[in-house]
Formats: sequence, C-alpha cells, structure tokens
Amino acid sequence: MVQPTLDSVHRRIRGFLEERIKTDVAVDKDLFASGLVNSMFAMELVVYLEQAYGIAIVGEDLKLDNFRTVEQMTSLVLRLLDTPVADRG
Amino acid sequence: MSEVEDARLGVLGAGVMGTGIAVVAIGHGIPVVLVDVSEDRLADARRRVDTQLRHARLMGVVPAEGPVAALTTATELEAVAGATAVIEAVTEDAEIKAKVLGEVSRLVKTGTPLVSNTSGIPIGELERFVDRSDELVGIHFMNPAYLITMVEVIRGDRTSDETMTAVTGLLARMGRRGIVVRDAPGFVTSRLLHPMINEAARIVAAGVATAESVDDLMRGCLGHPTGPLRTADLIGLDNLADALRMLWERTGNASFQPCELLLEKVAAGHLGRKSGKGFYDYEKVLS
Repeated sequence: MVQPTLDSVHRRIRGFLEERIKTDVAVDKDLFASGLVNSMFAMELVVYLEQAYGIAIVGEDLKLDNFRTVEQMTSLVLRLLDTPVADRG
Repeated sequence: MSEVEDARLGVLGAGVMGTGIAVVAIGHGIPVVLVDVSEDRLADARRRVDTQLRHARLMGVVPAEGPVAALTTATELEAVAGATAVIEAVTEDAEIKAKVLGEVSRLVKTGTPLVSNTSGIPIGELERFVDRSDELVGIHFMNPAYLITMVEVIRGDRTSDETMTAVTGLLARMGRRGIVVRDAPGFVTSRLLHPMINEAARIVAAGVATAESVDDLMRGCLGHPTGPLRTADLIGLDNLADALRMLWERTGNASFQPCELLLEKVAAGHLGRKSGKGFYDYEKVLS
C-alpha cells in the first residue's frame, strides 16, 4: 500500500464528508461548531478513520478535538500511522 | 473500602435506555448487572456497550482513562439481589414497571434505592406495588443516556431523605447532575417537550413548513441543539406517541393527543432513527 500523504488523507476525508453530509468542507472548518455534524456523527468519523487506515484511536487520542476539522483528523491519522502499535497507550 | 466504592448497580431492561445507563455506570467504575428476559437483547446490548463507551469517552462525558467496571448480564431478576441500587428501564408501561418493581423490591435488602427510569409515568402510581415506597424514586435519563449528563430526578410523595441522598450520591459517581422535581405526569421535560413535538408535527402536516424548516428555526432562532423533529426521531415515534397518550389520559389536556401525522408514521413503521426513517430519512442524509 502506498503510504498516505497529507494530501491523500485530506482528499479521502473530504470525500467521505461530502458523501455523508453533502457538503464540500474546507480543511480548517470546525465541523461541530458550524453545526454541520452532531455528536452522533462524531463516532462515525472515528470508526471510518480506523477502518480506512487500519489504525486504533484509543486513550488520550479519543477526544473530540482531534475530529473537529479535516486538518486535525489528518494529523491524527498520519501520527498514528507513524507510531508503532506497541507504543500506543 | 468506602460504601461508594462498593456500589453495584442492577439495571433492568437491556433496551436503548438500560444499555445506555449501564454504559455510564461501568465507564465510571461501577459494576453493573444488566437483566432482561431476552437473551437476544442482552447479546445486542453487549455488542453496543463498547461503541457507546468509546463514544462517551470521545465526547468527554466518561473518563478517558481509568478502569471500566464489569458488566454482567442475566435473564433472572434474582441476579440483582446483591445490588446497592436498582434502576428499572423496562418498557414505558405503568403495569409492566409496577410488576417488575414489585418483584425486585422483595429481592433486594432494605436500604436499596429502587429507581424507575421513566419519561413521564408518575412515581405515585408505582408506589403501592413496592414493599418500601420510601425507597422508590424516579430518574428520567435522557436519550442517549451515555452522552447527556443531566437527568431529571423525581421525588415521590413518600420518597425518603435517605433515598434522595443515596441517589444523589449514585448520580454524582456516574458523572450525572440531577435536578429534583416533584411528581406529576410528564414531570417537567416531557410535559414541555412532547406537546411541542406534537405541534411541530401538526405544522408539518398542515404544510406550514417542512420538518427541516421547523428544526432549523428552532435551532437558529431559539437555540435548540437539534430541533423538535430530529429529537422526535431520536426518541422513537412509537415511544413518543405512547408518552403523549399517557399524558393525555392523565391530564385530559388535548394538546397531548398524538396528532394524525405522528400516528400515520408509527403505523407505517417509520419510527425514527432506529428504523432508518421518521421525519427524516437516515439512510440517505445525516441528521
């Protein structure tokens, strides 16, 4: 598998959001503050990212602030892909 | 070890509310025995618990770290005999609740608070079925119980100070804040919310505005987090119609009479989010 890049993760997450909420969102748009999505959708984002990238979002990483914007989600995904599984708490 | 650390909660009914309540408790380190007559429902509850617990942690309403207490499931009511408090979250039907509460009151030891989780059935109607009515109290958990941290606490005419202290302590341990109200059909939240939803449905039926417009107005102008019709879909339109009927029968107030559109949707099986369709279509768009 090709290693995901900042651009490819941005594109994939924006594609998912476009499909689910029918909105093309800017990468720095706060999805929750803008009312585009609600707390019920937050968990769907977590599960989507885990499945799409084969990562486990647990412990301190499992907080809403990591999912507010496409940028924050991308940064979380890239960080977890870089971290060996054994180091995750 | 303190008394609080020894808490063991019995939860009766593994439906949406019972499971959500169990999640809150185990996420705050309180072991739970979850009882339901249906093995299938218990299995379904066990499947939902992990996701709900993660969801609660994501939203910061259950501690991110710290041990998760044990969840035990059982099909026999006797499994809650050793509980330090019991919350019944069975079907919203006064007869069923009375029967279950009566049985459990004869199983648990004196001093064990018995909590009825109800959105509107007066606690006074259930008192005579339990052995110790001073230990009976109502708590109206909101749905989803694992995300909403405020609850409505209903003090019955006979509920003792000791019981109120015990449930206040339990709620604090569960990270919940309770507002205590006196007993009345629908208490405060359902008495206000349900007729508003009913009227919102009448507005849609009359073609005054679409469901989206009603909700958008209530959100944008009046600060409602979701709008009445999205809330209705989350509650479940069948549950809502039942709750409205319950209020109508007990108060005689016609504003509680379930409107035609609501009843048509229930008859068509469009029960809201849980069936995939209600005032909104959840298979197509995100609410």
